[in-house]
Amino acid sequence: MKVLTLNFLTCAVKACKSSSASFPLHPKDCELVSDTIKPDPRLIHNILPRVDWTALSTTALELGFPALPDQAPTKEQLEEDEKMMGELHTLLLETQINEGKLVCGNCGHEYAVKEGIANFLLPNHLV
Amino acid sequence: MLPTPSTDHVDFDKIYEPAEDSYLLLDTLSSESEKAFLHTHFGPSTPAPFVIEIGSGSGVVLSFIHAHSEIIFGRADILTAGVDVNLHACKATIQTVNVAENEQQSRGLTHGFYLGNISTDLGTALRPGNVDVLVFNPPYVPTPNLPPLLQDENLSSFDTDSHLLSLSYAGGEDGMEVTNRLLDALPEILDRTRGCAYILLCAQNKPEVVKEMIREWGEAWKAETVSRSGKVGGWEKLQIIRVWREFPPSAIQ
Repeated sequence: MKVLTLNFLTCAVKACKSSSASFPLHPKDCELVSDTIKPDPRLIHNILPRVDWTALSTTALELGFPALPDQAPTKEQLEEDEKMMGELHTLLLETQINEGKLVCGNCGHEYAVKEGIANFLLPNHLV
Repeated sequence: MLPTPSTDHVDFDKIYEPAEDSYLLLDTLSSESEKAFLHTHFGPSTPAPFVIEIGSGSGVVLSFIHAHSEIIFGRADILTAGVDVNLHACKATIQTVNVAENEQQSRGLTHGFYLGNISTDLGTALRPGNVDVLVFNPPYVPTPNLPPLLQDENLSSFDTDSHLLSLSYAGGEDGMEVTNRLLDALPEILDRTRGCAYILLCAQNKPEVVKEMIREWGEAWKAETVSRSGKVGGWEKLQIIRVWREFPPSAIQ
């Protein structure tokens, strides 16, 4: 699953829905793989407005990527800053989590990721 | 006619095989009326739409949207993802998307950006307010009971072919038990302004009742039948409803 997916996922446990700590989930012991994707500035420009930048920054740091700036770069800034564009390209488009765990910051539940598929099915007592 | 993604690699003992309902979804999403709606609703200078299929099965519908995004949405920069309780279906969907992508690339054509598939129960793992287009071909067949959902501890018995397939069609009372759960969560899952959903229903699901119920969620909520299918005299008369919000001009921020 692409790293970007974490920006759209939250803990599935009902009790965690009201807690802000359940997003983003925290990657643990993750094995990353990299796809080779053609540069696509338009895609990046149109993804950024819908990304929770704070959550993305947290995810990037936790996965060992270079720290992101405090705020999402504007389209104009990105057009000038090839290095940042390259970093975002790698982080958002190319990097996949192949194996590992996603941990909820509220309840501690760990969701397993195997062969790129995260398993969010819950045992009976947590539904 | 846009090419249907190949599902030759899929094991249909464990995964729902594309049928009339799947093809109705493909036809509907690529129909003139829906292309017009989606082109307008998700104009090219707006943020990339996030499209999710709940119950992606073989991946045929998701891959179709993913491969033909330029035609369906008027833009290639869409984000796609699939969800399925069946792990085999998740794996199959990933493959089907890849095959469809390669097919597009080999023709020098575009496609969307696929985030992946997750194994989960409906929208429970989704962060609220993010989904722009939700597509759902539910288990809509009326059955006396609902098959139990996976409990982690019971993986081996869950994994029997018949159980997995039953999860793909068994809808309980009026065939609506799973769909109703999704509908309950839908207002929260969808983006607050432009989120919309395409949901397939059969005659026994009582579509008119379903649409009325959705309209009762609030003044902005709309639900209309955008396509129909069904063998003449067949019991499985199908239709697809589009659910969305429409705000009066004064309310638009």
